Amino acid sequence: MSSSSEVDTGMVLALADDALVASHRLSEWIARAPSIEEDVALANIALDLLGQARLLYALIGDEDELAYRRPAGAFRNAVMLERPNGDFGATIARLLLLAAHQHALYSSLAAADGDLGAIAAKAVKEVSYHRDHARAWTVRLGDGTEESHRRMQDGLDAEWAVWGELAPTQEAVDWATAVITQATLRVPGPVLAVERQEHTADLDELLSTMREVTAVHPGATW
Amino acid sequence: MSTFEALIAAQDRVEPRDEMPGDYRATLVRQIAQHAHSEIIGMQPEGDWITRAPSLRRKAILLAKVQDEAGHGLYLYAAAETLGVDRDDLLEALHTGRQKYSSIFNYPSLTWADVAAIGWLVDGAAIVNQVPLGRCSYGPYARAMVRICKEESFHQRQGFESLLTMSRGTPAQHAMAQDAVDRWWWPSLMMFGPPDAESPHSARSTAWGIKRFSNDTLRQRFVDLAVPQAEALGLTLPDPDLRWDEERGSWDFGTIDFTELREVVSGNGPCNEVRIGRRVAAHEDGAWVREAAAAYAAKQGTRGAA
Repeated sequence: MSSSSEVDTGMVLALADDALVASHRLSEWIARAPSIEEDVALANIALDLLGQARLLYALIGDEDELAYRRPAGAFRNAVMLERPNGDFGATIARLLLLAAHQHALYSSLAAADGDLGAIAAKAVKEVSYHRDHARAWTVRLGDGTEESHRRMQDGLDAEWAVWGELAPTQEAVDWATAVITQATLRVPGPVLAVERQEHTADLDELLSTMREVTAVHPGATW
Repeated sequence: MSTFEALIAAQDRVEPRDEMPGDYRATLVRQIAQHAHSEIIGMQPEGDWITRAPSLRRKAILLAKVQDEAGHGLYLYAAAETLGVDRDDLLEALHTGRQKYSSIFNYPSLTWADVAAIGWLVDGAAIVNQVPLGRCSYGPYARAMVRICKEESFHQRQGFESLLTMSRGTPAQHAMAQDAVDRWWWPSLMMFGPPDAESPHSARSTAWGIKRFSNDTLRQRFVDLAVPQAEALGLTLPDPDLRWDEERGSWDFGTIDFTELREVVSGNGPCNEVRIGRRVAAHEDGAWVREAAAAYAAKQGTRGAA
């Protein structure tokens, strides 16, 4: 077992926060998805991401302390993941780019020994499914109707513009590019890796929703 | 004796290809569709609390539960489709109010404790109602029910355990748990339907082997299970007339206000409009997605043929 001193706390927090925040936004789709099958699929993906966040938090501290009692400013998630949901096309675009990034990252981490390697190895399997799901929808929407093509392109343009904050590897960019091409969509342009950005009021809103119950019951256990 | 009558008399299963009376088929379509719709609408009152769950463990349990409900809806629509109806038509009937869903979901989920109370009482009542349906005469429905009941009993235990944690927690948590039980108790008893004397279709459903026990029998079974559980929870049930009847070996309970049930069934419950409004909005907002999927599939078919 690796101790917390051996893991890169900042990296683990960033991975966990990305997963938690993305899970929160996906779970907002439940009972609002375009089909019941999609309610099941999005709930399943949200649950996988939540599970990843929990395992990662447990490596460095108490999961509820980290999720419920840490100031928003201490969150390391990418700003693209805290933004409110747009339409289903935007959600699929975000999932496509997140899953492409996570798949490459977890695949490389899975080679490592210790707890983080084990968590990453489990996550790769889950994220492979997320990638497949996002790819299938990107292709259907891109090569579906005129309206779905337009919406999928709009969603992709908006998410791609901020994808650099996740610092996707070349492998992730190549994979996403191939999917976008297959979907008869336009690849928006080069991905420029940038530093993680300052959080916005969207994260404050997300965390105040998440903490609505705990805020009025300080010190309670659940 | 027809094949159908022989199957019913022998307590065998009727399967989709067997001949069956039109009324039997229609009764099952109505009942299975109502059941499927209840699963789908039932995602809303709890689903609203996923983003607000007070611990990550509770959040994961609730997400999994709501996902199960969507899955139950899918199996049940599939069971209804074996009777020659189409899911899209059933959803249309839900959206336009031609088919009903369980009235319990027309009550609001006001606090986090409601999620636990729904698990304990609403899922508990559903299990009492549904376990006998695992032996109902129509094969696809019976098999769907066996599978669903296994998952429901897990949900019920989770609800009980969450409520117990709150009941033993801070005074504010205990009060929240008690308030939720106070509001969900009577609506849960109404889930068993009108009293036997006023249940018009019961006799025929019983003769057909769809219904195995009467509404009042199942309601009593539920009360007898719930009273000791409430005691274990350290919570009270909001009925001053609850008392043990030594002779019957059952709990006596107060008079249920069925006027309220009729109001809620006929669309005047606290949340009828919200629930259907949200369901219809999800369906309409998703129309372009479903159209795209159909258009893509059609293109693939053409490409495959070319």
